Amino acid sequence: MYRYDEVDHRIVRERVEQFRDQTQRFLSGALTEDEFRPLRLMNGLYVQRHAPMLRVAIPYGHLASRQLRKLAQIARKYDKNYAHFTTRQNIQFNWPKLETVPDILAELAEVEMHAIQTSGNCVRNTTTDAFAGVAQDELLDPRAYCEIIRQWSTLHPEFAFLPRKFKIAVSGSVEDRAATQVHDIGLHVVRNEAGEVGFKVIVGGGLGRTPIVGEEVKSFLPTHHLLTYLDAVLRVYNRFGRRDNKYKARIKILVKAMTVEAFAAKVEDEWLHLKDGPSTLRDVDVAHYASFFTDPAYDVLPANPAVLTEKQAAEPAFARWLERNTRAHKRAGYRSVVLSLKKTGVPPGDITADQMDAAADWADRFGYGELRVAHEQNLILPDVREHDLYEVWQLAKAQGFATPNVGLLTDIICCPGGDFCSLANARSIPVAEAIQTRFENLDYLFDLGEIDCNFSGCMNACGHHHIGNIGILGVDKNGEEWYQITLGGSQGSHTTIGKVIGPSFAQADVPLAFEKIMTVYLEQRATGERFIETVRRIGLDPFKERVYAKHH
Amino acid sequence: MRNIIKDGQIAQDSWQVLRADAEGQYPAVAADVDVIVPLSQWLAGKATWQARAGKTAVWLAPDDDLHLLADDLATLPLVAVDFPAFTDGRGYSLGRLLRERYSYAGELRAMGDVWVDLLHYLWQVGFNAFEIKDGKAVDGALAGYDTFTERYQSTHREPVPLFRRRVTSL
Repeated sequence: MYRYDEVDHRIVRERVEQFRDQTQRFLSGALTEDEFRPLRLMNGLYVQRHAPMLRVAIPYGHLASRQLRKLAQIARKYDKNYAHFTTRQNIQFNWPKLETVPDILAELAEVEMHAIQTSGNCVRNTTTDAFAGVAQDELLDPRAYCEIIRQWSTLHPEFAFLPRKFKIAVSGSVEDRAATQVHDIGLHVVRNEAGEVGFKVIVGGGLGRTPIVGEEVKSFLPTHHLLTYLDAVLRVYNRFGRRDNKYKARIKILVKAMTVEAFAAKVEDEWLHLKDGPSTLRDVDVAHYASFFTDPAYDVLPANPAVLTEKQAAEPAFARWLERNTRAHKRAGYRSVVLSLKKTGVPPGDITADQMDAAADWADRFGYGELRVAHEQNLILPDVREHDLYEVWQLAKAQGFATPNVGLLTDIICCPGGDFCSLANARSIPVAEAIQTRFENLDYLFDLGEIDCNFSGCMNACGHHHIGNIGILGVDKNGEEWYQITLGGSQGSHTTIGKVIGPSFAQADVPLAFEKIMTVYLEQRATGERFIETVRRIGLDPFKERVYAKHH
Repeated sequence: MRNIIKDGQIAQDSWQVLRADAEGQYPAVAADVDVIVPLSQWLAGKATWQARAGKTAVWLAPDDDLHLLADDLATLPLVAVDFPAFTDGRGYSLGRLLRERYSYAGELRAMGDVWVDLLHYLWQVGFNAFEIKDGKAVDGALAGYDTFTERYQSTHREPVPLFRRRVTSL
């Protein structure tokens, strides 16, 4: 994983000191609320319902065990012993005091972490596949490019005050696990016919009020032009994106208004001036960053050792966990373990300080001291030997990390909602819990199979409800919390935006509506057909008829 | 006269800025004062402005078309960019374009909602003069230059990005 050199350290330290000074000037009245707000936001600090909320960057979801231990320390010292993983692979502290935030940032800087650009109208944390570097279906490891983009986007002098937030995601695998089609810029690592490596560039995707699947603006961008091309896209957006209405200010609106062809032409014109300039990447530059992402010293191991298959046969609960919560690894004899943060009764994505310490210990003991954060808000041990899996499972169970529901209906992607967030129209956590409780029977849950359930407490769509196979959106009706259900959304290589099935539901009625939807699926599914495939085949009507049927 | 920051120092400045009033009317400008006029006024009466005894410069709004000023850049004594709100970042791109695309080498001034926390970025994209917003300390703003001693990107002040210097120095 990437390690800071003296310059990286210095830049982060200087940002901490700048923020300390800004905070002091705000507290002394030298900066007004209106002046301080954008400055604190671009350092990840919100003022929320109960207290400030500090969002800490986890660049492309990579986390070292020592960093996770530091996050645990911070949770204990400055917060209430827990934190929350977000859909941008970041982590949030919900209860810090404003005056202590500069000290938190100083502690984070010790372990090469920061909160730079985790909010505000600037380029946010770059995200990628949580299994980058270890996935079996990887074409090219995207992480060197993620780090190059991270550095390029960090404190970029020209793009500190964009019309709106700007999110970039990179995918290097066959299956897109980074939701690149719903990002402001999505980059796919591809090879052209000559075998050269480059990026397919997708622009203008996004969720929020106006969900749009991004469109391709360049089919093949050679890798050494990456930064000059990003500069060109950002400059066109910075100059011409709307600033009169924050709901029309994302790049997707500009692309739609101009048409994708005209937008691509405008970018191309700007790029011609920047192309081959000093920001052009040389092979030696890429090699420098790639050198941080080499494979650890993997053992040569047999696949499926007897110690694994015997336990698998003897203990159905372990077999179930193995099936759901582990993923194929590019090296024989290894798997990646997903530690589920979706236990019923715990807000999705929440993690305690004790869990952080435990996971950090396992990363050291069973792996190479690294962890990943998935945008589905789970934690991953990327390199676990198959003969250690049984022990890891037992340890994970003891820490409440082993709910075997990864990819299933109760693995709900969920924003913090009205319990914490001042933007939310409705609470999400109690409703997610009610759904988890309703589907707690594991046989039933497994029978339903893979279903992405995404939940947002308001139309800002932090819970990505539009791309859930089944999505929930909290809405406000005359001061009351109501919930709208969408069906048919999907993330990945065939991203689609879900459709609303009809009038919204009162909180108490959401689990029953879910149950009716699932009953229709079970009645209608063809053999081996996943939920989303049935929805696509039969359409929304059978679900609507059942859910909204009059009682007899 | 007011104090501004220019080339890293506090300097006395006598330029006046011509802005439309609430009704969209422009006040009269005395013949002998140095004045910075909006692009529209400049384009509407270039010869008249140039015939005055005082000097005339031009200021750009964030959405002004730089191209319209291209032919005059070599002779203008000063170009200013207005930041109606500090959160409006369009002026940063204008600064870079003036320096890097149009090779403008004269005084480039940031005016409007400009204060210490913005100085570093403004300097990096090519501004060399800063008219600090009323009510904000001018002398305190000098510290803004040194907020960061390094940066990752190619900028007007340091065109070679850090990744190139980093690898070259290995």
